[in-house]
This record gives sequence, structure tokens and C-alpha cells, in this order.
Amino acid sequence: MPSFAAKTGNEAMAEAMRQINPDVVAAYPITPATEIVMIFSQFVADGLVNTEFVPVESEHSAMSACVGASSTGARVMTGTSSQGLALMYEILPIAAALRLPIIMCVVNRALSGPINIHCDHSDTMGGRDFGWIQMFSENAQEAYDNTLQAVKIAEKINLPAMATTDGFIIIHCMEKIEMLDTQDIQSFLGERKAQNSLLDLEKPVSFGGLDLQDYYFEHRKQMADAMDRAGDVILEVGKEFGKKFGREYGYFEEYQMADAEHVIVALGSTCGTTKAVVDDLRSKGEKVGLLKLRVFRPFPAKEIVTALSKAKSIAVLDRSDGLSTQGGQLYTEVCAALFENDKKIPVIDYIYGLGGRDISIDEIKSIYADLKKGNKNKINYLGVRE
Amino acid sequence: MTENKPGMNQDGSRQGWKSLPAGDIMEAGSADKFNTGDWRSDRPVFNAANCIQCLKCWVVCPDASVLVKDGKIVGFDYDHCKGCGICDFECPTKPEKRAITMEPERK
Repeated sequence: MPSFAAKTGNEAMAEAMRQINPDVVAAYPITPATEIVMIFSQFVADGLVNTEFVPVESEHSAMSACVGASSTGARVMTGTSSQGLALMYEILPIAAALRLPIIMCVVNRALSGPINIHCDHSDTMGGRDFGWIQMFSENAQEAYDNTLQAVKIAEKINLPAMATTDGFIIIHCMEKIEMLDTQDIQSFLGERKAQNSLLDLEKPVSFGGLDLQDYYFEHRKQMADAMDRAGDVILEVGKEFGKKFGREYGYFEEYQMADAEHVIVALGSTCGTTKAVVDDLRSKGEKVGLLKLRVFRPFPAKEIVTALSKAKSIAVLDRSDGLSTQGGQLYTEVCAALFENDKKIPVIDYIYGLGGRDISIDEIKSIYADLKKGNKNKINYLGVRE
Repeated sequence: MTENKPGMNQDGSRQGWKSLPAGDIMEAGSADKFNTGDWRSDRPVFNAANCIQCLKCWVVCPDASVLVKDGKIVGFDYDHCKGCGICDFECPTKPEKRAITMEPERK
């Protein structure tokens, strides 16, 4: 039976890992994701899971150990944040290229430097082109649900997946979440059925062969194709999750979008704050809405365009800045999606909350006000001191 | 072309992305079917008369390229030897009577 519990985001993800009971977890502590694997290692010590826990000497080793373990056909998980994720960057595309469905709980934290431990999305944005599925969470419940679904999605399409949460904002705040029955989760996930295993003596295989000019391109195309097909798998798993457990998930949540003229597109916990603003403005008769994007990789461009097609103006909220001079990563991808689908709607970018800077209800209200009266500045740094 | 090499079609053409095994994961030992040593810059040369048949080179070769017949070293598999020189480094024969010498491929 499902039960309700008060859990922080970190606790929720650790509990999800306990209920998944992966074969192998290799991880290294880093603020603010430390708690996930710390709590999980206690589960291991207490005998609540059958997991082989590998306490490695760095995140580079953690992801390397995950690749090795996953190559045997094991269900493998890890967790990290910021610099830890950055230290894994070398191995992340290898995991994807070997088509290993490793699942990672990522706590979004600003990349150094300057050194900072608080939330922004620069760490996973830095890892957005490595062939990993990326799903953002608004709250602890979604962090829990996304972690569970990530396992099934990754194993169906044979690509690794990140379930992400906002550092401190979600992971250190306690919320009421609905926890599912472990047996139900197990039957939802089933066993991982790997096509190849390094430990299969009947059918020995080589992983990681040299792949030069004559084959590399074809294998990259296979990855692009898998990412393309991942979209349907994400929707299918989200539907099945909804049918079984009552909370259905798609690429995004449309909040008051039916007749919305001015729309904010955002990721993560800020969507919760934005919903409060939408409710407030709606009560005053303003036609505002929110497109809360859950899936960033694969990027559901067509569906986003359809959802935004009736809007008169759009603001994209980026909790990261690519320093490209072209705005945040979400902004450029939303713009490209609209352009490619021949939608000429004014879109402006608000880079906000870097390094954990709070975003307030008044600031979000000011964005909707900007949308209403028009803002000539395409790229805005919300709340930065001049 | 008679043998169907991994990643290749019967007619010897290379497979496309739709038919290649995903993730570059292949049957073990497939390097046996390819000439993987064609980029060597130095090659080990075997001097049978000086060999004391200690088999050290066979033990240390990282590419299993030391050929052994009836328990004795008979030479090298140049299709797979990368010319790393470990065999030469480990060979215990005296400088004036070397069983293995490294010689440049480009003379």
C-alpha cells in the first residue's frame, strides 16, 4: 500500500533507490547530494538492500565503476552534483555510447567558479549533450517519481538517465510525499534484461572497441536515433506510472495554458513559485500560464511548440547561463524549436537564480508584467545588481 | 570475400547504423579477424639462434602476438603486433646476442 511520509528531496531519492534495490551503486560524496548516498549506504549497512556499494575515490571513478558494473547487465545507480558531475563528464558520453542504462540522481548545483554550493542548473546543462536522458523535478514527490521512472525508461531504450532536483531548495526541504509499495515498484520495473553481459561466458563480448572514421559516425547516429525514440518511451512509462500509481507524467505540465496569452517556460522548483503567481494573476483576470518542462533530453521541441502556439508572448526562465551571448540553454532551444516550426512569437530570456539566488513572487510577477507591456531586451539577468 | 567479419556485410561492404550492433559491442576476440597492427613504427625481429626459450616475451606481450609452436617461440604475428617493444625490453638475452631486436618499419 502507498503511504505518506515527510521526506526531504534527498531522502525521497534515497528511499526510491532503496525500493529500486539496484545491483550496484558506486558513488562519491559531494554537497548537497552527499545525503542521497549517505542514507543509501546506511540502507546497505542495515541489510535493507542487496546492493553492492562501491565507495570510490572520486566521481570519475564512480562513473567508471558504474560503466563496468552496468556492462555486466547489472542495474546500476549513482548520485552526484555540480563539480562531481563535472568530474564525471569524461565518462558520461561513454556510458551513453555503450548504451548502458545507468541511473543517476543529480542534485543541481552551480558549477564553480566562483565556488558556490547552491542551486542552479549549470551542472546538468554542461552535461546536456552527452546522450543522457534528463528529467527535472519540481518537488520531492517528482524527484521520487522521476527516479523510479528513470530506471524503466533507461532500460527500455538503453540510454543512461538523470533524474534531477534543485539543490537545497528541494533536497533539504521536507515535504509530504506519497511513497509507493516496494513490491509494486519491483513489479513495475521488472528485471533488467541486458542484451550483452561482460560476465556471460556462453556469449563473450567486447565492450569499448576502437571505433574510427569507418564506424564511429554510424554508432553516433544510433545514439541519436535512440534519443529520438526515447521520447515515446518516456511518454509510455509516464502513462503506465499514472495508471498504476495515479500520477501521470509527460514531457511537461501545462498549468493554466488553455487560454494563456503570456506564458513562462521553466524547469524545476521555480515552477512551484510560478504556479502561485499564475493563481494570483488569474484571480485578477489575467490570462497567464506556465509550461513546466520536465524532460530536457530528449528535447520535445514539436510538443513544446504546440503547447506554446496560442501564446502572445513567452518568457523563458534559465537557471543557468551558457555564457554564449545568446541567452540560457533553455531559451536558445525554445527559440530554435519555434523558428523551426514557423512560429513567430516574441520570446525573451530571464537568466535568474544563479548560485542559488532566490527568485521571488514579485520578480515572477514582474516577468508577466514585462510580457504584457513588451520587453525589448531579449536577454535579461533577473535581479542581478548593476 | 568468404568470411563475414563483424561490422561487415557478406559482400565486404561496411554495415550501416541500422544493422550494426548497438553500442559497438561485438563478439569477443573479433580483432583476430582484422589487421590491427598496421600502424606500428618499430617491429620486433626474432633471432632464433639467440633465443633461450624462456617464454618471457610470450607472457608479457599485451596483444598475444608472440607465436609459439610446440612450446617454442617461432616469431611474431605482425598483423596484431603494435610494436610496443615490451618483448624486447623484457628479453633477458645478452646485448651482443639478442633474441629480439626492434627495428624501424620505415628504413
